[in-house]
Amino acid sequence: MSKILIGRYVPGNSLVYKMDPRGKLLATIFFILIIFLANNPLTYAIVTVFSFIAVAATGLRAKVFWDGVRPLVWLIFFTSLLQLFFTVGGKVYWQWAIFAVTSYGIENAIYIFIRFTVIILISTVMTVTTMPLEIADAMEWLLTPLKLIKVPVDKIALVMSIALRFVPTLFDETVKIMNAQRSRGADFNNGGLITRAKAITPLLVPLFINSLETAVDLSTAMESRGYRDDNGRTRYRVLQWSKFDLLDLGYFAILIALLVIFRTH
Amino acid sequence: MSIKFKQVSYIYAPDSPLEKKGLDNVNFEIQDGSFTAIIGHTGSGKSTLMQHFNALLKPTSGQIEIAGTTITPETSNKNLKQLRRHVSLVFQFPEAQLFESTVLNDIAFGPKNFGYSEEEAKKVAHNWLKKVGLPEDIADKSPFELSGGQMRRVAIAGVLAYEPEILCLDEPAAGLDPHARKQMMNLFLEYQKAGHTVILVTHNMDDVANYADDVLVMEHGQMIKHDKPQVIFNDRSWLQQHYLDEPQASLFASKLTGFEFSTPPLTAETLVQVIEKNLKE
Repeated sequence: MSKILIGRYVPGNSLVYKMDPRGKLLATIFFILIIFLANNPLTYAIVTVFSFIAVAATGLRAKVFWDGVRPLVWLIFFTSLLQLFFTVGGKVYWQWAIFAVTSYGIENAIYIFIRFTVIILISTVMTVTTMPLEIADAMEWLLTPLKLIKVPVDKIALVMSIALRFVPTLFDETVKIMNAQRSRGADFNNGGLITRAKAITPLLVPLFINSLETAVDLSTAMESRGYRDDNGRTRYRVLQWSKFDLLDLGYFAILIALLVIFRTH
Repeated sequence: MSIKFKQVSYIYAPDSPLEKKGLDNVNFEIQDGSFTAIIGHTGSGKSTLMQHFNALLKPTSGQIEIAGTTITPETSNKNLKQLRRHVSLVFQFPEAQLFESTVLNDIAFGPKNFGYSEEEAKKVAHNWLKKVGLPEDIADKSPFELSGGQMRRVAIAGVLAYEPEILCLDEPAAGLDPHARKQMMNLFLEYQKAGHTVILVTHNMDDVANYADDVLVMEHGQMIKHDKPQVIFNDRSWLQQHYLDEPQASLFASKLTGFEFSTPPLTAETLVQVIEKNLKE
């Protein structure tokens, strides 16, 4: 549970960690878009090799990435199987009712499999090497142009950072209340669906009340320290571009170039 | 049926970068009916130790015997109810666990979980409402209308209501005013005198001196001393070496010149006695 909630940041000190979160976020978004440029075996091979180099550059153990892929393994297989059995065209190898295995089907299934896996790998590279708060800052920066059409980007960013900041706090609180109620004989693990749903009331009510109290305390604390939400605020964590980001963005620029050159037109 | 810890170790998040030793080879035996205080600094393993008493945490290695149950690393998470009926924990700021629509229902929640009938549960709830010193007319109020001190008492009544043989408390009087603190501690003393075992996790050395008859000292996940409070507070240099405070009375005595103290007085009463004796001589 804690893994999903707290994010998957794994402390480290490799090249990827030195990159600016904005660069990593941009690169990840671009990667997900440009992967659709790949349309033949060579371009898919290029994408795969580039992804594995990015994974290797994090310097983390393979298990970290396997943990990222694992929850989605069935989805990947299911989608690939759909492609395998329902794509028409090409040489037919096997057919039964509406199912058919064709050469196009096999090709598509492999492509989908690669596409899914590398997208997850690349986003895992970002989430394990970037702290959630840094990602929030990067998103704020990405959304800055929306200020022109009066979107309150600062406030949205503040909400995001506070939410992220309180995930561990709420998690601790949940564990504490669960332990307290377990000590009073509450049972969160046994019984049918309805019994379990009922059993969760003693957990949810205190948690809800605590969060409201925490929110009130936090706003009082912020106000008493002079927080104003108007313009001209300085930042505590200042994001700075460095030569590592040229490397990062350049790496993906080369990938785009290669894909454009080698894809089937 | 004493409580026995045999070579108990506990590791947080094993095999991860965040791996941390919570308990390190802890061995002790607590006698039935004692009032045992567990002292030590923040992060010394007191709370980790406490959560082992009713198997909220299970040892990574070692064995615990408590209230007729043996807890080992292999103990299943199911069927722990019997254990928890006999060994109950009151966490810091227990008022955070209140959730029912009325005070009475909240106190009756524990008893009902442990097999009391609706009527029995209400009856013991009424009983304990009085015993913790709350007025009876709040029984049908929402617990969230009460003051902080009252909420604390409701939460504690909710644990005492099913009369666990072993009651473990984590700083139960934190944040209470001195009068309420004394009342609360006396309540636990009475509970112990009625034939139960009380285990108190605390930073307050006066509570240890006034109420406990047995003390465990924790440091870095290890139990570094287990003795009577008289023995522990007698060794001032050892206390200083481990950055532990003395009770107020003992501190007062150490600053008082011209009086003879054979041993550091632990409570205000003994302090007064010794001073009077000194004056007469």
